[in-house]
Amino acid sequence: MSLHKRHTLSATALILATLGLTACGNKDAAPAASGEVTIKIGHAAPLTGPQAHLGKDNENGAVMAIDELNSRGVTLGGNKVKFVLISEDDQADPKAGTTVAQKFVDQKVNGVVGHLNSGTTIPASRIYSDAGIPQISGSATNPTYTQQGFKTTFRVFANDVHQGQALAQFATQSLKAKTIAIVDDRTAYGQGLADEFKKAAEAAGARIVAQEFTTDKATDFKAILTKIKASNPDILFFSAMDAQGGPALKQARELGLKATFLIGDGGCTPEFIKLAGNAAEGQYCSLPGVPLEKMPGGTVFKEKYKQRYNQQIQLYAPYVYDAVMVMADAMQRANSADPTKYLPEVSKAQYQGVTAKIEFDAKGDLSVPAVSIYQDKGGDWNFVETLGVTAAAPAKK
Amino acid sequence: MKMAGRFLARLRNPNGSSMHWVAWVVLGVLLATMPWIIGASFGNTWLRILNFALLYVMLALGLNIVVGFAGLLDMGYIAFYAVGAYLWALLASPQFGLHWPLWAILPLGAAVAGLFGVLLGAPTLKLRGDYLAIVTLGFGEIIRIFLNNLNAPVNITNGPQGISAIDPVHFGSVSLARPIDLGFTTLPSLVAYYYLFLVAALLIIAIALRLESSRVGRAWAAIREDEVAAKACGINTRNVKLLAFAMGATFGGVAGGLFAGFQQFVSPESFGLLESVMVLCMVVLGGMGHIPGVILGALLLTLLPEFFRHIAAPLQQSLFGKVFVDPESLRMLLFGLALVLVMRYRPSGLWPSPQRRREIDDVLNTDAPADLPVNPT
Amino acid sequence: MDIFLQQIINGLVLGSIYALVALGYTMVYGILGLINFAHGEVVMVGALVAYSIMTALLPTGMPPVLLALLALLVAAPVCMGLAWAIERYAYRPLRHAPKLAPLISAIGVSILLQNLAMMIWGRSYHSFPDILPAITYDINGAHISLLQVVTIALAALTMAVLAWLIQRTSLGQAMRATAENPAIAELMGIPVNRIITLTFIIGAALAALAGLMVGANYSVAHYYMGFMLGLKAFTAAVLGGIGNITGAMLGGLLLGLIESLGAGYIADLTGGFLGSHYQDIFAFLVLIGVLVFRPGGLMGERVSERA
Repeated sequence: MSLHKRHTLSATALILATLGLTACGNKDAAPAASGEVTIKIGHAAPLTGPQAHLGKDNENGAVMAIDELNSRGVTLGGNKVKFVLISEDDQADPKAGTTVAQKFVDQKVNGVVGHLNSGTTIPASRIYSDAGIPQISGSATNPTYTQQGFKTTFRVFANDVHQGQALAQFATQSLKAKTIAIVDDRTAYGQGLADEFKKAAEAAGARIVAQEFTTDKATDFKAILTKIKASNPDILFFSAMDAQGGPALKQARELGLKATFLIGDGGCTPEFIKLAGNAAEGQYCSLPGVPLEKMPGGTVFKEKYKQRYNQQIQLYAPYVYDAVMVMADAMQRANSADPTKYLPEVSKAQYQGVTAKIEFDAKGDLSVPAVSIYQDKGGDWNFVETLGVTAAAPAKK
Repeated sequence: MKMAGRFLARLRNPNGSSMHWVAWVVLGVLLATMPWIIGASFGNTWLRILNFALLYVMLALGLNIVVGFAGLLDMGYIAFYAVGAYLWALLASPQFGLHWPLWAILPLGAAVAGLFGVLLGAPTLKLRGDYLAIVTLGFGEIIRIFLNNLNAPVNITNGPQGISAIDPVHFGSVSLARPIDLGFTTLPSLVAYYYLFLVAALLIIAIALRLESSRVGRAWAAIREDEVAAKACGINTRNVKLLAFAMGATFGGVAGGLFAGFQQFVSPESFGLLESVMVLCMVVLGGMGHIPGVILGALLLTLLPEFFRHIAAPLQQSLFGKVFVDPESLRMLLFGLALVLVMRYRPSGLWPSPQRRREIDDVLNTDAPADLPVNPT
Repeated sequence: MDIFLQQIINGLVLGSIYALVALGYTMVYGILGLINFAHGEVVMVGALVAYSIMTALLPTGMPPVLLALLALLVAAPVCMGLAWAIERYAYRPLRHAPKLAPLISAIGVSILLQNLAMMIWGRSYHSFPDILPAITYDINGAHISLLQVVTIALAALTMAVLAWLIQRTSLGQAMRATAENPAIAELMGIPVNRIITLTFIIGAALAALAGLMVGANYSVAHYYMGFMLGLKAFTAAVLGGIGNITGAMLGGLLLGLIESLGAGYIADLTGGFLGSHYQDIFAFLVLIGVLVFRPGGLMGERVSERA
């Protein structure tokens, strides 16, 4: 290679770098039509990497909410407003999570929905809190998130404690399980849920006969399943996502493990049934909130999603949709999109969402975190019962 | 930034190993004013990215000692970063109710990380090249798995949930997490962290430069070029190699501690294999063994994905009138492509040491058989 | 006893899959001394192409075995083409570059392929169709399916064919000569570049087969599946002695067994102190142990070692 070419290349690299920095000066100036006020909502989730399918699903939910708000036409303080979604990839990486959070703060977003993972949500929440920007997560389940003493943190999803207790209640009371095996994937989600489930199940008198572990990248579960088979439990609670749960269930049946399979929200997806195949028939999963079909607007949302994205809802899209809607609702009640003005209104929310009636407790968690149980019948998750419901939510069948 | 470009071009001046004092002054002023300029013109996002870039500069320089100076391929380097970060997290958070100050934790973090470096180095002394790579990779994973699982039977690391509410970096009662009132002006938190990281990075650069030209540095170079010959010359290869691992690890430990204080949250997912690979890419892409090159590599690889984040959508918009490839996929795609292209056209890195470049040129231009595979037969 | 037997079977099947992928690594390493980091990604492409073909042809009602063969017939050339391109454009120009340059280039290719695959096949996990009827045999209470038997047999067969190819054919002789010293091989009239390309292409054909078998065994295909698999397979190759065909097979089986027995018995061995979450640590410790006492891997490395 000639010397000349070398210099050209390094010069190009430098120019690129320089351009990069200058280009960002005039970034993302969202043009607003005259007379319209633009309200920016930030959305963060992993859009690349192994969890990208869930991240995209979240984004879809947010996009639908934004479009609906815009077509409905919202006015705040006498001005017609236009909602704009700024969606960023946090790569499920805590460091990238804070960078994205900072970007939102710099762009002066009016509110943030996200992030998807607890590991990104927690460090990012500090930055939103410092900037006074309300943050509503539709999927982070780690209890710590709302326990940091920040006024800006909310979630429209049952946390690990609530869901773990509901699952244990279902396992010990409805399924009358005496012996239980637990597998978790050693992620913040899987381990957190498994621990709460274990505590509640033991308190309810069940015996944990085996506790095994896998990872969120594993595909082969036969070794741990063989071990579990030796302890012959009534129920296998698999605390992981669908990508692991589905194949694990299939492999369990291949090994002749007959325990009833129970999985949390991470497995309550069409994907799980697809991956587990026939083995999924008759098995159970849980999902915070009440079934979409039972909520006003729920079925419509489901159909609209299917039409628009040509696929079923993956997992958290309805919750993220609700998160945006709760935020917009609070803005309307405050008649302002100024975070300092509408933040108190978020805490006072009484919003009928598609996943539940949303009211927050003092920390920003759902005050009535309902959890519903579903069973696979003929390749679809069918509603079984809702646990932890009070008068606020529709009565169960 | 254009000024910085011109300035870097000047640094590249092949006959100038000693820079003119004017250049030093310009560099100093530039570094000191950088956070204000960037904060004002590009926003705090870029300031935060710059802070992370400085952490990566420290990491890359640490790994450069092992890979660049001593020629030992380490693919588990992030473990030392993790050790430093968790040590800070454990000694300055509600986890154990301890709140040690910076001056106690950082040296301890460096020392413990150094110890881990020796622990890694000791069993791997006999291994070469790719075998060493896989063993170090395994070592990195072992550390991460322990951090991820040590929440039972005794809760030490809080497992996958990570440790939150970590104390920010603070000097006495002055915390860097809040704007600092200096009387005449207030220092925003991110700027304060920038100065702290800058000082740490400069210190590490100074140590690395001194090491390179020291007796030990020459011993490392000797081992890198030919271990047998080095041994024959009377170099205690075992000790010198262990020292490389230990020195490299201490830099990682310091960077890790600062990361924990800055982020105020640590969890095992920040210390995965991909992070090790990324730091290795910085070292190699920049110019292995050449300190300015390594710094350039660290800066570029931290800034590049963020840069792509900002241009992926607007670029398509302006070129094709609509966004048809999802900007997130495009971002990582371009990043992968950049790695391939840089290696393709600058195999010894963007900014290799002049000596190394000569060696490569010699191989590429004079060695006859070397040319053969390039032309299809 | 049936539990122990079952763990052995689990380990052998897992090990066979590692071995299939490891063979591709080891061939390329043997001839070039290059860690082909992108090999896992080629396996991923193989699995996803096979998935697409099979789901597209599923409505025709063809028997699954035929579908699988057709899928392989498409997936293999795609992977081969891909490997050819990777070798030609990402590795060949770097053949005389400093040692780590090809490694970084390989990592770049790996990221590139992952994101390309994400664009083509989307972000969701795909459910891989069955390629064999679900027949399960019962040995003393332990279960083994027809697919698993076929997987083990295929891995052994592939290894045998490769060993024959390398030891007994003139192509193999040329490959060995190239591995020994490319410059002298060239002088001896061996078309070195063509041999290297061929090695990559054979490795890619194996990757397509491995992709199909991985997909079928775990019934999942996803754009991110190559990374972890590649890493494990590479570990297996090193364990056996990288560059050595029998070593790759042995390393794969051994790693599979270690993981399976580790997950099954580590808790009993440590009195319940460590559980199956330490399975990978166990595997890596064995690897480190083996390398400390046998720095060239179990079977020793390839004949020539470049300085």
